[in-house]
Order: sequence, then structure tokens, then C-alpha cells
Amino acid sequence: MKMDSVLNAMASFLRLISLLCLPILFAVSAIGSVSEGVAEDFSEDLLLKPLPDRKVLAHFHFQSTAPSSRSNSYGRHHHLFPKAISQLVHKYRIKEMELSFTQGRWRYDRWGGFDPISSSNAKPSGVELWAVFDVPPNEVDATWKNLTHSLSGLFCASINFLESSTSYSAPKWGFHPASENMRYGTLPREAVCTENLTPWLKLLPCRDKSGLSVLMDRPSIYKGFYHSQRLHLLSSEYDSNAVDLAIVLDQTLTVVLQPHSHRGTLGYSTATQLQPSWSLSSIFGRRVTGKCALARSSNVYIQLDRGLMAELQGMLGEQEMFAIIGASSEGSGSNPAFELSANPDRVHMEISSRDDKHLSVLYMFMVEEKYDDSEPLDLRFTWKIPVAWSIPQAPLHVTRFLLGSGNERGAIALQLKSTKPSDRLMPDTVISDSCSLLVRVFQVVPWYIKVYYHTLQVFIDDRPHTIANVVEKMQVSPSKDKVSPGVMEMLLKFPCGLKSAALTIEFDKGFLHIDEYPPDAHQGLDIPSAVISFPDFFASTQFMENNISKSPILSKWQGQSPILSYTEVLLVPFTTPDFSMPYNVITITCTVLALYFGSLLNVLRRRVGEEERFMKSKGTNNFHVSHLVSKSLARLRGRQWEPSESQSSSSISNSKSKLLFKVILVAGLAAAWQYYFGSGT
Amino acid sequence: MKAKEQFEEKMKKKKGKFWIWMMLSVIFRLLMIYFPNLNLSSRPEVSTPLTSIHRLAEGYWLKQSSMSPYTGSMYHGSPLLLSLLGPLTVKRIEGQPDHLLCSFAFVVADVLSALLIRGIGQNLQRAYYQSLKLLKVNLSKNSEIFPAGDIASLVYVWNPFTIVACVGLSTSPIENLAIVLTLYGASKGQVPLAAFGFVMATHLSLYPVILIIPVILLLGNGLDAPPRKFFERSFSRVIEGPSSDSCSQQEEVINQPEVPKGFSLRPVIYFLLWVSLFSVYLLLLCGVSLKQFGGLWEMFRSTYGFILTVQDLSPNIGILWYLFAEVFEFFRDFYLIVFHINILFMILPLSIRLHHRPLFLAFVLLSILAMLKSYPSVGDSALYLSFMGLFVDELVDLEFSFFLFCGYIGISLLSPVMHNLWIWRGTGNANFYFANAMAYACFQIVLVVESVSTMLNHDRKLRKLSAVKHS
Repeated sequence: MKMDSVLNAMASFLRLISLLCLPILFAVSAIGSVSEGVAEDFSEDLLLKPLPDRKVLAHFHFQSTAPSSRSNSYGRHHHLFPKAISQLVHKYRIKEMELSFTQGRWRYDRWGGFDPISSSNAKPSGVELWAVFDVPPNEVDATWKNLTHSLSGLFCASINFLESSTSYSAPKWGFHPASENMRYGTLPREAVCTENLTPWLKLLPCRDKSGLSVLMDRPSIYKGFYHSQRLHLLSSEYDSNAVDLAIVLDQTLTVVLQPHSHRGTLGYSTATQLQPSWSLSSIFGRRVTGKCALARSSNVYIQLDRGLMAELQGMLGEQEMFAIIGASSEGSGSNPAFELSANPDRVHMEISSRDDKHLSVLYMFMVEEKYDDSEPLDLRFTWKIPVAWSIPQAPLHVTRFLLGSGNERGAIALQLKSTKPSDRLMPDTVISDSCSLLVRVFQVVPWYIKVYYHTLQVFIDDRPHTIANVVEKMQVSPSKDKVSPGVMEMLLKFPCGLKSAALTIEFDKGFLHIDEYPPDAHQGLDIPSAVISFPDFFASTQFMENNISKSPILSKWQGQSPILSYTEVLLVPFTTPDFSMPYNVITITCTVLALYFGSLLNVLRRRVGEEERFMKSKGTNNFHVSHLVSKSLARLRGRQWEPSESQSSSSISNSKSKLLFKVILVAGLAAAWQYYFGSGT
Repeated sequence: MKAKEQFEEKMKKKKGKFWIWMMLSVIFRLLMIYFPNLNLSSRPEVSTPLTSIHRLAEGYWLKQSSMSPYTGSMYHGSPLLLSLLGPLTVKRIEGQPDHLLCSFAFVVADVLSALLIRGIGQNLQRAYYQSLKLLKVNLSKNSEIFPAGDIASLVYVWNPFTIVACVGLSTSPIENLAIVLTLYGASKGQVPLAAFGFVMATHLSLYPVILIIPVILLLGNGLDAPPRKFFERSFSRVIEGPSSDSCSQQEEVINQPEVPKGFSLRPVIYFLLWVSLFSVYLLLLCGVSLKQFGGLWEMFRSTYGFILTVQDLSPNIGILWYLFAEVFEFFRDFYLIVFHINILFMILPLSIRLHHRPLFLAFVLLSILAMLKSYPSVGDSALYLSFMGLFVDELVDLEFSFFLFCGYIGISLLSPVMHNLWIWRGTGNANFYFANAMAYACFQIVLVVESVSTMLNHDRKLRKLSAVKHS
């Protein structure tokens, strides 16, 4: 009985406790659900796009987001978001950062220059890094240096070379609209390889074990014509009115690949020849077996750009166009122009503010659980009719080259050629009465290229033009030898009917110390790419959005991204000194100096004729009877000219003691030197 | 008397000829300026980082766009030169070569320096003959009188080096003008002029600061003369019986008191006072013109600092650029000190030995500078070569003069060839050009050493002759 009562009491006590604890548990679960709302998120996308020159663009986009550390109940613990990156953001107070590793050159004329991919993923070859910090202006440089070292370790690249103040610059407005506390640096010669890709993949929650990143077969990726691996970081951690997402990490990999064409041989591309058909397995050698389990969404897109659609519209009838556009609703991926191996889950049509029929189409394929190892997703795109089209381009096509020969001086020329964009690409400001085209140029020149900014010349349609009419705004910070590179930011205003424009600026090639030349000095030194942007133009693609699955790539495209193009990296040949000669040069120069010094002193203290005889007699008699000698000397001299007798005779008698004194003085000096300076080392 | 008339007529003729040659040199320069594609302004022998007109134009452009002219490392000259020559670099006359107005300024500077050199030469020669007369020495070559001033100034205007420096638009004609002005003022005894020239020369290219020794000696001791002790013995005789054979009595009277004077401190003190006055004034002007930029400290760092630390390693006719391009970073400071000490070290022995010939001392110092300065150009060589013309009487016995002449010509012909081989063709390397610079340095050394020894020998000869006369 007693036992029972005790048990009863216990049970009631437990109940009481559980009742007491219940609200707390609820509270905890409530908090959990709140934090779930802004939880870390990961999604993956792959965009495939046929290019006019028989190539295929593959663009992987992985987005990870992390909530702010303040609203996150776990503090700085992360489930999906890479810890290394969040630590980077917190340590260096990064607002925005972009790091890209690129190999190859983006062909703006063939691969497009007026779409979000080309403006944000076409990067200069080598490494490009820029970052905006949320630190006081005097700490920015130090923070940048630390950041470069951290990234260098994180990505197995020599980003730490950007630490030196000669290799980075602080753009004011030419590169990025809001660039306070911004630093920008490039390493044009950095070789990009798998050792950079592996650490980049490590940041993904599934690495390349599952999901879309399985497709990243190293040989097929690096076989491509263009390869750009980019990491973009946007943080509002230190923003006072921040939204719930604190850090957004975009990782993209853009490759341009040549599909194997089995039928048509390579070599010529005409309107009559069929474009090569391709599939995931033919371009990557792998297939998608399923989505990354941790990803919220995992989609594959195929985009047909405006130019292609316009061409197809011209070739096909209304009915057939409807088949292309409404592929999903008909339930068949087949239409007169091409065939898709799988039915798209959704078709996105671009919408335009202006009435226009030439709009791009996006087929979306969701990577669901229906795909597995036995039935992988192997998207195939087969052309049925030959098509040749041109891709939308930026209003001006930019090339940059060097003028002049020889290794003493030269000139940089920047040539802008109009691509004659059709009216629909022109924004409203351009079409209206103030017909002008604004172009922003951002150019960093290393210090050993000594640019004469006063020699800037502008040619419009091959005729020289006064600078004041064209250059709206110009900001120059000239290079300082061995300290900082030269930065030139310009806002140019061209008339609309412009066919071509050219800017030239002269420079002298500097001569460097032998230690300052790069290892392969005879190859030459690089001038990093210039960045040309068009502030009036924005690459934004609006899609008819059902808002059901807002994939990051689509939301990215809907934002207005400025049109950027990078010019070529210039290789400037330099003269070199003879690297093998330092000892010879030092010894020969010193010999000549000694020749000068010795012979001049010799001439100055030389005696001739009687003087010599006199000195000789002085020398011989000196030892025996100094008194007598001095007497005879006085007589000898008296006959020649008035001597300062006492001084000379005393100097003779004192010569020995003077010598002794000198020796002691030197020894004393040496001892003092040793004592004061030698002890320190 | 007839001989004298003849002589005067000859002199007049020579004077006329001088002006003709002077005019011709100006015309020649103007013609050269109109050759558009000579491209002399980018020759390394002509324009150094300090004197290049392109850099000056860049500095002016920077200043016009409200940046300090010393931002970046383009311009290293004086801010006053910038406000003086800068506007000329921008003005362009349609259809004419660039920098036309600048080249006119340089031609004017060249002509002015030539005339001042002539003035120095006339003074110097007068002093020389007077001292010879006092010593009662009649040198064998005395009969055919070389007007040393004319020779020196014609050597200056017709020296290819000067022409190239003037047409090549380097600012060295202006630097040279300041130096010549100093020496002219000092030789005339016009202390403020000498002080002004000295301050300007120092401000423009720093190295002429060592000319303070010859200038002080000039002001204190008077013009070049044989050592004073030669006179001391013969002085009494001169006063007893003034000679009346060759020159007029009047000239004698004027010249007599000048001769055996001791060191007079008064002009020297005046000179130092004027120098400090002008320097304060100059610094004030520079400060005003750089007020909104980095101020004077920035100016010193990027002009004098740039000169002393040899930051620019582009090739020139000197030898330091290659040494500092090759030398190990660790020893850089050591060699910088050694080279600058070398300039300073020779001042003392030279001024002890040549204290009685301050102008000759100035010539020797100028040639040492042209050899050892951090960014030498042919403009510097042109100056000392023309100064050599002043001592045409004393240096008749110069040894190796033909050898040196050929050497200078050879070097100035080979230098562009080597530069072309190295820079433009790429078939030669830096050693080719450096060897040329080396040879040039050697020739300069031989010239300096030989002229010093000739001058000392000349003094010995005078002593011997005067001793023979008086014993």
C-alpha cells in the first residue's frame, strides 16, 4: 500500500513536472519552426544552351544561403552552409565578394554579350577577385591582405600575390556602381586547374557525389573552350536593416563545350548544315542520377535565346512555333525544329515590356526522385532542321590591342565597334531625343607600364575627336613606381549613330630591377583586362512566373544586372637586362670608378721635375739626419719659391707619429663599431 | 701701332663672324625643329626622367586636372618649371609639330647661355692676359689671340650634343642656363645674379649645389689666375715700373688693383645672404604653387629623393642605371652612398689644388657631375665641353685630344646603334648599350684627368717662365 501511494505520488509529481515543462517544450518547438522559416537553404541548377557556333554552354549554379547569426538559434553553427565561408565573412566583415578562376576567353560575338550569363559569368582569364568590406577606410587594405591569404589557402591558388599593393586597386565608380571600400585585383597569368575546382566543390553540401555536380567530370570540363568557376558572396550580416537572409553564396561554373557531332564533320558551319545534337552524357560523359538530397530544388534548364527564336519564327509557321513554345502542354518534347528526349516539366516564356515576338524560351526539367541509377536523366537535344542564328550582343563590341613596336614605348588602343543592336535592345533613354550611348571604362595598368594620360586620344569613326566632347567624367590615379598600379576610370558619351570608336593612350615601358621580373621574363608582362560597361543597359530576363518554384537562377535573371564586357589581356614584351651579369656589372662599374678616382687623385698629387727631385731627396735623407735635411730643404726651397717651412718640416718629423695615430684611430673606430652595431646582430 | 690696328680690325672681323655663326646656329635649330620624325625627345641619351618634356606635359596635365603633379611617378622636376613651360606644352598650332613653343623657349635658353658663356670668356681672357703681363711671361702662342669666349660660346651652340638636347626638348638647356648664370654672375662680381642662378640651378637639378665652392672662390679670389705666390715675388717690380709696350695705359690702371688680392670675405657673405634670401623666396613660390597638393615635403621627396635614390632604371648614357638594375637589393643603399660620396669626395682635393682657378674648378666639377650624376644626359656633357673652350689658351697642350675627340664621336654614333640593337631589334642585349656607356664614362674620365693635369702643367710652366724672368 505504502508502495502504491509512493508510486502515485511519483506519478503525480512527474505529471506535474511534465505539465510544467510543456510550455517550455512548446516554446522550443515554436522557436525551432521560426528558425526553420529562415533556415539554411541550398539549391542547384544547370542551364544548357546551344550556341550559334556549334557549341553548348553549360552553366551550373549552386546557391547556399544562411540566416543571420543573430536570428539563428544555433549561433554560428551551420548545417548546409560552408563554415569556411561564413568564417571568412565574419572575420573580414565582407559585404560582397567575387572570386573567379577562368581559363579561355569568352567570345562576346559568338557566345553572347547581352544576357545575364555573359555579363556576370564571362570573366577575364586567370583569377579575378573583388571585395567590398564593411570596415573603416583605413583598415580596408589590411583586411584585403588578410583576405587574399585566406582565400589563397582555401582555394589552393596564388591569390596571395594580390596582397602586394602593386597588384590591386581601389576603383571609385568605374567597375561597380557602389564601390566604397572596394578592392579589385586580377592575376591574369594564374593557371586554373582541378586543384582549384576541388576546394570549390568542397563548399557544396553534396560535393560532387550526387546531384547535378556529378556531371563535373574533370576531363570533359577542362576540355572545353571556356571554363570559369566563380564564387559570389553577398552578405547583409552587418546591415542594420537586414532581411532574414544574411549570407548568400552563389557558386557558378560556366563551361563552353564542343559536343561530339557524329554525322557532320567539323570544319565548316553553314546554314545548311545541321547543328550538332548533344546529350548530357555526350558532353559530360556522365548522367544525372538524382538530386542532391540536401537541395531544396534541383533543376535542369535548356534555354533557346532570342536570336534563335527569331530565326525559328522566320523559318517555321505559327503552328509549329506553338509546338515549340507549348512543348510541355502537348506532352511531347518533339517539334519540327528539334527534339528533346524528355518532356519538360514547365516551359517559361520570356515576357517583355514592349510588344515583341522574339523572346527566349526556357524548358525546365526537375530532377526528381524518378531518376535513379537504373534510369538516370540523360537529356538529349536533337536538331531536326539546320539553323544558323546570331546571338544578342552588347551595343558595342570591344577589342583592345597594342600599338607600336620595339621595347621602349607603345600605345594601348581600345576599339569599340557598334554591333548595330536592333531597337528592341535599346533602352528608352537611348531612343528618346537625347541620343547618346554611355560607356564606362575601367582600366588598371601595372606600374611598369608608364602611361601618359595626357596623350589620350579619341577617334570616332576613324576621325580624331576632341576629348572634352566625349569624356563625360574621368578619374585617374597614376601609377606609382613599385607602389601602386595606375587606375583609369572613364565615362564616355558617344553619339548614337556611332559605327566605331577608338581610344589610344601612350605609354613608356619601364625598366625593372632583375628581381622584379617574373620567372619567364622574356615572355613579357601582362596588362589586365579592361572592363567596359554600359550603364544604360541592363541584362534582365523576365519570365512568366507562376511563382511556384522560384529557382535561384531565375530570380537572379530577373534582377537587373549591368552589361559588362572584359577585354583581352594584353601581353607586353619587355626588354630585360642580362640576368647572369650582376657580378660583372658591379665589378666593371667599380673598376671604372676606381679608374676615375685613382687617376684624378694621382694627377692632383703628382710632382714633376724639381718637385720630384726634391721629394726624392727628402725621402732619402729623411732617415739619417732629419735636422740637417730640413735645413737643406729650407735652402733648396728658398731658391725655388717661398715655402711654408715650418709646416712642412714638422709634417715630415711627425709623419711616423701621425701614421701611428691614424692606425689607432681606425682601430678604435672599428672597435666602437663592433661594440655598438655588431653586438646588436 | 700698325700691328695693333691690324689686330683690332681682325677682332672686329671675328666679332662679325661670331654673330653670323650665332644666327646660323639659331636657324639650324629652327630647321631641326621642323623635322617631325627625328623623335629625339624619346632618346634615352637626350631626355632623362628628370628632363623629359613628355613627363613635364604629364605633370602639367595632372596639375590641370587638380591632382598633384607628383602623384604617380611621372614628373620629377620643379613646380616652377611646370608653371613656366607647362602651358607651352598644351598650346598647339594647327599643322605644326607638337611642343613648338617649348622648343622656342629652349632655343632662347641656349642662345642666352651661349652669350653668357661669351661674357665669362671675355672676362676670363682679360684676367688671363693681365696676369700674364704682370708675371711678365710671354707665351709663344700669345701672338695669335683666340677669343676664348667666342670659341666657348660657339662650341656651346654648335655642339651636336647641345643641338640634340635643345631640339629633343629636354629641359637641360634651362638647367644649363641656370648654371651658366651662376658662373657669369660670380665672374662678373654680381652677387645677386650669382645667388639667383645658384639657387635656380640647385632647385632644378640638385647636383649644381657643389658649385658653391667654385662660386665662393670666384667671389673671394676673383677670376682664374696663376697661383698667388707667383705674383707676390714680382708684385713690387710691377708697381715700380708699369710696362707700356703692348696695351694702353688706361686699361693698365683699371686692372692693376685687382691682381694680387687676398681672399675677400665680404662678397662671399653677401652671396650667402642672397642665396638664403632667394632660397626662402623660391621655397615660398613652390609652396604656393603646391599648396593644395602635397606641399613641399612631397616635392622634395619626388624631386631630390628621386635623384638621390636612383629609382628609375631606364637606360641612359650614365653607368648607374645598369648597376642599380643588377645590384642585389641588399647592397643598394651601400652603392648609393658610395656613388654620391664619390662626387663629394673629390671636391676637397680639387678645390685645394685648383683654388686659384675657380672657373676651371667649376668646369672640372661639372664634368664629374655629368659623369656621375644619377640621370646624365648629353645636355650635361655639352655644358662642360663648351666650358673647356674657355680654357683654350691653357689647355693647348692637352694630351690625347685627338683620341678623345674621336672617342666622343664614336660613342655618340654607336650609342643609337646599340640602343637600336637592344631595344628595337632585340638582337643585342643590355650589355651592348652598357658597354657603350662604360666607354663614354672612360672617355670622360680621361678628359677630366688630362685637362686637370694639363692645367697644373700650365701653372708649372708659368712658374718656370716667371722664375726665369725674375731670377
